[in-house]
Amino acid sequence: MVDLLEYAVRGIPTGCVFALLAVGLVLTYKTSGVFNLAFAAQAYTSAAVFYVLRKEQEWPLFWSAFIAIVIVGPALGLLLERVLFRHLRGAGSLAKMVTSLGLLIAIPEVVKLFFGSDAKSNPPPLWYVRRTDEWLWPQGSKFVFDAGQVTTILSTLVVVLGLTVLFRYTNLGLRMRAVVESSRLAELNGVNAERVSMASWMLSSMLAGLAGVLVAPLFASLNPIDLFTLLVAALAATVVGGLSSIPLTFIGAIGLGMLQAVLAGSLPTNSVLATGLRPGLPFLVLFALLIFRPGLRSNSEMADPLATVDPPLPVPVAVSRPRWMSISSRTVGVVATMFGLLVSWFVLDGFWLAIVISGVVLGVIMLSLTVVTGIGGMLSLAQASLAAIGAFTTAQVVTATGLPVLVAMLIGAAVAAACGALLAIPVVRLDGVYLALGTLAFALMFESILVPLSWVSGGSVPLAVPRPVIGPWDLADDRYFLLFAALCLTVIALAVIRVRQGTTGRFLQAIQSSPTAANSIGISGGRSRIIAFTLAAGIAGFGGGLLASFAGRANYQASFPYVVGLVWVALVISAGARSIQAAVFSGIMFFLLPATLNRVFSWPENYLEAHQQAPEWMQNLLGLVQPNWAVPVSFILFGIGAFTYAKHPEGIIEAQTNSSVTAVLLWTERRKAKVDATSSMDTPQVSA
Amino acid sequence: MSPTADSTEQPTEQPAPLLQASGISKRFAGLMALADVSIQVEAGETVAVIGPNGAGKSTLFNCLSGVLRADRGTVTFDGQRLESLSPTQRSRLGIARTFQRIELFGGMTVRDHLMVADRARSGRGGLWSDLFRSSKPTEEEHARCQAVLDLLGLDEVQDRSADSLSLGKGRLVELGRALMCEPKLLFLDEPSSGLDRNETEEMSLALETVQREHGTAVVLIEHDVPMVQRLATRIYVLDYGSLIASGNTQEVLQDEVVRAAYLGVAT
Ligand SMILES: Nc1ncnc2c1ncn2[C@@H]1O[C@H](COP(=O)(O)OP(=O)(O)OP(=O)(O)O)[C@@H](O)[C@H]1O
Ligand SMILES: [Mg+2]
Repeated sequence: MVDLLEYAVRGIPTGCVFALLAVGLVLTYKTSGVFNLAFAAQAYTSAAVFYVLRKEQEWPLFWSAFIAIVIVGPALGLLLERVLFRHLRGAGSLAKMVTSLGLLIAIPEVVKLFFGSDAKSNPPPLWYVRRTDEWLWPQGSKFVFDAGQVTTILSTLVVVLGLTVLFRYTNLGLRMRAVVESSRLAELNGVNAERVSMASWMLSSMLAGLAGVLVAPLFASLNPIDLFTLLVAALAATVVGGLSSIPLTFIGAIGLGMLQAVLAGSLPTNSVLATGLRPGLPFLVLFALLIFRPGLRSNSEMADPLATVDPPLPVPVAVSRPRWMSISSRTVGVVATMFGLLVSWFVLDGFWLAIVISGVVLGVIMLSLTVVTGIGGMLSLAQASLAAIGAFTTAQVVTATGLPVLVAMLIGAAVAAACGALLAIPVVRLDGVYLALGTLAFALMFESILVPLSWVSGGSVPLAVPRPVIGPWDLADDRYFLLFAALCLTVIALAVIRVRQGTTGRFLQAIQSSPTAANSIGISGGRSRIIAFTLAAGIAGFGGGLLASFAGRANYQASFPYVVGLVWVALVISAGARSIQAAVFSGIMFFLLPATLNRVFSWPENYLEAHQQAPEWMQNLLGLVQPNWAVPVSFILFGIGAFTYAKHPEGIIEAQTNSSVTAVLLWTERRKAKVDATSSMDTPQVSA
Repeated sequence: MSPTADSTEQPTEQPAPLLQASGISKRFAGLMALADVSIQVEAGETVAVIGPNGAGKSTLFNCLSGVLRADRGTVTFDGQRLESLSPTQRSRLGIARTFQRIELFGGMTVRDHLMVADRARSGRGGLWSDLFRSSKPTEEEHARCQAVLDLLGLDEVQDRSADSLSLGKGRLVELGRALMCEPKLLFLDEPSSGLDRNETEEMSLALETVQREHGTAVVLIEHDVPMVQRLATRIYVLDYGSLIASGNTQEVLQDEVVRAAYLGVAT
């Protein structure tokens, strides 16, 4: 019993960090409707500023902390609110979340461009006080907090105190609380929602910055992914508070920290439970809370008379095009594909060929997003994990049974589909943002609990997956593999088109545009969505197996971390969630853009090497450009792409196509009108 | 087509009504939207529910069609208890409805609206046939669809996207979509609101035809008194969530209390 208490107390500092992040999330969610995943990136930014000032510039502790937390944190929040989220007030919560996803991807890369992308190891600690046993209570006490933990607890106490004072005694705070507790009513009562949302963005960004600086020393090096994982854990606390109660969120956060510590201490070490459950616990809790907290399910009956004030999700509408146009655009597509294949076959060297193949294979996985998000209307953040399930299964089946790889890939797809169905059954009852969070929780559970297990991933050394041999063709030759991958992509794309145009696609479209009406004619939302989710999981699983076979190994860290999956989602959504071209395009872009940019950014270096006599100003100027900008710049572009979703939910490619179709139609109509006008001069007639 | 087509002859002994709702109550926070309301509908008949704005008419429809769950009360339809069934399940039993605030599927053509409803009813088509067979409509499906298009005069706009239609046409599409479910009971929430004279006439005619040919029972919420007089044989009057009168159309419309509560407000 005493032991448990001891463990629980040890969890308090972690709980405090969860609390700081969680309270920020609740504040911005309630005041501006943004579920801001980018707090992780903002925390990273503050931590990086603190790192640079304190460790590299060796500033005094106070000023480094002050700049990083009190200046940079709120300033970044203010910037995001002014430049981005302010203009999204009318957008749906999903669009806002996708925007924050873009920021999550882009911001850390911007930071890396500024401060260098080399690993920032051993982040400096933020503390003033010493270990508890040196000043607070006697040595030998069971409850020992080190200096960092004491600082965390004290800062959190200060924040709690500050928030209490703010919410109780200040005008702004009262209005903030009004908005947090019932945003619409507060707005109706004349609270200036914009100022409130601005203030809460600054406040919550500062809390995120504080959390970032506080936890950074716990990791060996500064890394946005670690912070994001922490943020998702903090999400569990926000769900405890029902996304609106700040005190409950605090309690949930501290409780979560304690529970985690108790588990860590009391479970037998080295057992599966200890290694898997402890890091996975917050995600399990988040998942369970989402599923079992009925209040969060928006499919429940509308108790709020103002509930319909939120505009529904925009349904992507394709401009209907005449037959000749779709035939000609299809022809162009086929010709372009053929041309691409020919170029790849005859012209490309091994490096670029590998890039193209990876892109084509990723295109298959992207098509799974087309099915689940574009056709099914569900923002799934777990497709990378489902692809990984396919890859692992393929590898395990090949290793264990020696079956042909192709068969193993199909088994992988089936297993992924089964897992997808199991996940879908609880998850499709959620709506919009909650569904996205549920799948994200699943992805993290998978990563932290299942991936380390050797019967899943094969342990620390990735399992080998051979290339298929089909009849006389040994796909160990990359060019044959390319043809095979392109064939798979084509077949799956055709299947996806059939589903989109078929009964399943129509039912899903009906459910998205009016769930009540769809139910009233006997279409069950749950069933159709489970089907879409399962199909998508199967496609992702197949793509995962294919990717593993191409790479030669089912390597989770290299191909399928959940964060990579987030980038895929941002990419495919901004290109066009419903369109096949967009899926293929974004699959190829994911690999092609960084590789191309690398060549572009290497050019100055090579040029200077070749031209030693170049004038000095040119040397200085060109010397600025570095090849390792390629990856950050690509990711920044991918992230920025996601911002367009709020404006063009149908995607950039689809929007482009639609506007050019409209232009062509207008042009043909005008020409027809001209011809009509000239002909009607000869024979005067009243035309309709 | 429908089994209840012979509605011309009334059997002598009274069979169980098609829909029997008793003691329906629904409360929204402090507001009693429905208090102990009972209505019954015989197979093939048309009844109207009238009442001033906010009387609870739409709420009654929502409770009967399953969109909302009533706090209390029982609903029996065609010999089956409905309370625990979802809207989808109720629809499969033969209840269809339209909405006061029109609910169309954005981006779908008029024909697709009907086709989707037909597929949902027949259960034809699914992932398997999408992938490996054809999901194209069959001859019969085309015929069923065409029949409804002709009945409602939607033939010319069948390839137009539903959100480009006028409100009147939109209401007709909603009615068509409901009819494709081949319902035994049809709930219409203010079918004539937003319609001009011609369209109202078209709507009334279509309803009469449907009733004659398929023996569908209709419950309609309607403010348009001539339309109510023309279509409904019986009326229920709601005010502040309670039933204040019910009975034969002409008698109820003459009733003093009803005139005070309803007609006074409406005009
Ligand atoms: N989902 C809801 N939540 C809270 N109150 C509601 C809800 N739906 C309806 N109400 C309230 O219940 C009462 C009855 O509403 P209802 O829509 O049933 O009226 P109605 O008779 O259909 O009126 P109208 O002629 O305007 O359509 C109204 O006061 C309305 O504000
Ligand atoms: Mg109404």
